[in-house]
Amino acid sequence: MRFLNRSAGRLSRYRRGPVAGLVVLLLGLLLSGGVYAAVSPSSSASSAASDDALVKQGRELFLVGCAFCHGQNGEGQVDINGKLIGPSLAGVGAAAVDFQVGTGRMPLARPGQQGPVKRDAYSEDEIAALAAYVASLAPGPAIPTSADYSTEGMTEQEKQEAIVRGGQIFLTNCTACHNFTGAGGAMPRGGYAPRILDTSPRHIYEAMLTGPGPMDNFSNGNLSPEEKRDVIAYIQSMKEQPGYGGFSLGNLGPVSEGMFAWLVGLGICVAFAVWIAAHTTRSSKKKELQA
Amino acid sequence: MSADSSHDTGHEPGHEVINARTDALLADPGLPDHVWRPTDVDAKAEKRAERQVATLFGLSAICTVLFVVFYITLETGVDGPTIIGLGASNVALGVSLGLALLLIGIGVIQWARKLMGDHEISELRHPASSSEGDRAETLAALNAGLEESGIGRRPLVRNTLLGSVALLAAPAVVMLRDLGPLPNEVVGEYEGAGLHHTVWRKGMRVVRDVVGTPVKASDLEIGDLLNAEPEALFPTAENGLPELSGAELQIAKSKAALVMLRMDPNDIVSPVTRNWSVNGIVAYSKICTHVGCPISLNERTTHNLLCPCHQSTFDLADSGKVVFGPAGRHLPQLPLGVDDEGYLIALSDFLEPVGPSFWERNTKSPSEVAKGLS
Repeated sequence: MRFLNRSAGRLSRYRRGPVAGLVVLLLGLLLSGGVYAAVSPSSSASSAASDDALVKQGRELFLVGCAFCHGQNGEGQVDINGKLIGPSLAGVGAAAVDFQVGTGRMPLARPGQQGPVKRDAYSEDEIAALAAYVASLAPGPAIPTSADYSTEGMTEQEKQEAIVRGGQIFLTNCTACHNFTGAGGAMPRGGYAPRILDTSPRHIYEAMLTGPGPMDNFSNGNLSPEEKRDVIAYIQSMKEQPGYGGFSLGNLGPVSEGMFAWLVGLGICVAFAVWIAAHTTRSSKKKELQA
Repeated sequence: MSADSSHDTGHEPGHEVINARTDALLADPGLPDHVWRPTDVDAKAEKRAERQVATLFGLSAICTVLFVVFYITLETGVDGPTIIGLGASNVALGVSLGLALLLIGIGVIQWARKLMGDHEISELRHPASSSEGDRAETLAALNAGLEESGIGRRPLVRNTLLGSVALLAAPAVVMLRDLGPLPNEVVGEYEGAGLHHTVWRKGMRVVRDVVGTPVKASDLEIGDLLNAEPEALFPTAENGLPELSGAELQIAKSKAALVMLRMDPNDIVSPVTRNWSVNGIVAYSKICTHVGCPISLNERTTHNLLCPCHQSTFDLADSGKVVFGPAGRHLPQLPLGVDDEGYLIALSDFLEPVGPSFWERNTKSPSEVAKGLS
């Protein structure tokens, strides 16, 4: 205490000095900035004032369209048997909302193993409002911008390198479920990993970031933003590639190909054989015997 | 019943009555009159058919020549030309060779249908077995041979012959035995050799597969999955590890592969899994214990890892216990720790062999296996 008093006394000698006002002003600015940074919910949140209206609009939409399963404050709901109806949305972030609602998976049309992709129920603005509301519940991943996943501004060489790197990462981490052409595949208990070739880069990025449904996430600490961008570049390049091996038959592997060979291939052969045997034109004339 | 004795000489006695009745009711009408084809009766049609067949064969020849031309001229690979979004070379080769074969086939069918003789004929079937006389003769010859060799009367000769032939297996065994050690006897040739060990060892860092970057425990979020390998596969000047190459590298890579996830620590069921995890981060061998397929098909919500080959399913919250499928034993878990800089490291090698079963392998429960970590 004595030390404090003594140093305060020493400081107060300068309180009328020429730079005292400036120092106090700087200290005040630093303090308020620091406190704001520590308290503000997410580094991605833009100015709080303009967000308020958006959050309010999002909350209204949420209460109508989402609260039935996710709870009035996004806290999640269980039925009387303790079975989860809708999970808690605290901390899922704007990215999860943009993915789930933006691809039409949410709102669910009916309960089931997995929400299928369908037509968007909300407009772009409404999705943004919902995302802002859910992001206001707890800090979570923000919606990525095109700077995060676009290869714009890269040289052709860099782009090729990104595609190669992304391909290796894709083949190691994604193919187990999504098939190595990105065509998707079956999962346990009636679930499925969706086809990802037609998914927009932003939604692919968000899926990696948030791990929708039973998918694992690939957070930025796990797979860096650059690596995510490379994976997306690879998926885009796959889409543009012509089928060098011929018709892909959905790229689902030996099951679809075998079925095609047995049913269509053999079927055509059998039908052709039957047709040949059934049609031989005959003449009503008799052959004049020459011998 | 008097009519049957006049024919039916080829029939067995039991069938005579039935044949007699049907024959009496329905006489064998014989083959219907042959109806001629236009090509049989019309010389012009015949000439036309001949030309058609020859044209088909000729077209086939053209397709074959085109196949060779396409094969030589059309470029393959990423920069090759395309037709309707498909690689031009493959499409051209497939279509030309397919047509070449198909046209020969159609030509032959056309030939047979239009020009070859198509008279209906009937051929009676003959019994397949040899005659009684031949069979008796053969048996007699065989018995005579056996009798003359005296194999029944001279047991000494028979037994020594059997013994000497049986012993001929010995040279084969001795020579094959010398080809090399059994896979489970390969130890110490290089780091992680043989079936019982991998390149993992105490203090070795976990790095991301393909990328090779070390993994900071604090970087991972709950629900993250990563495919990892030991640092030994990515030697740098910094870690000073020796460069692996060739078969050694492939073996090390295939046996040491990991699938890791970070789960909510409260979800972990088994005490062994909890002990060997860091903040809910667990690491398991990526090689299925059934027949060794690499697995990373995980369901975040259930921590169930599914092998795509035969649907073996392992519970990663419970020591990799088999919850479904043909796998016979749990997935080996790698004990994890963190080093001074916060990066994930192995606390030891796997404490049991990874991958599918082999003859000399013991089966231990996870808690028994855990006793091996001192």
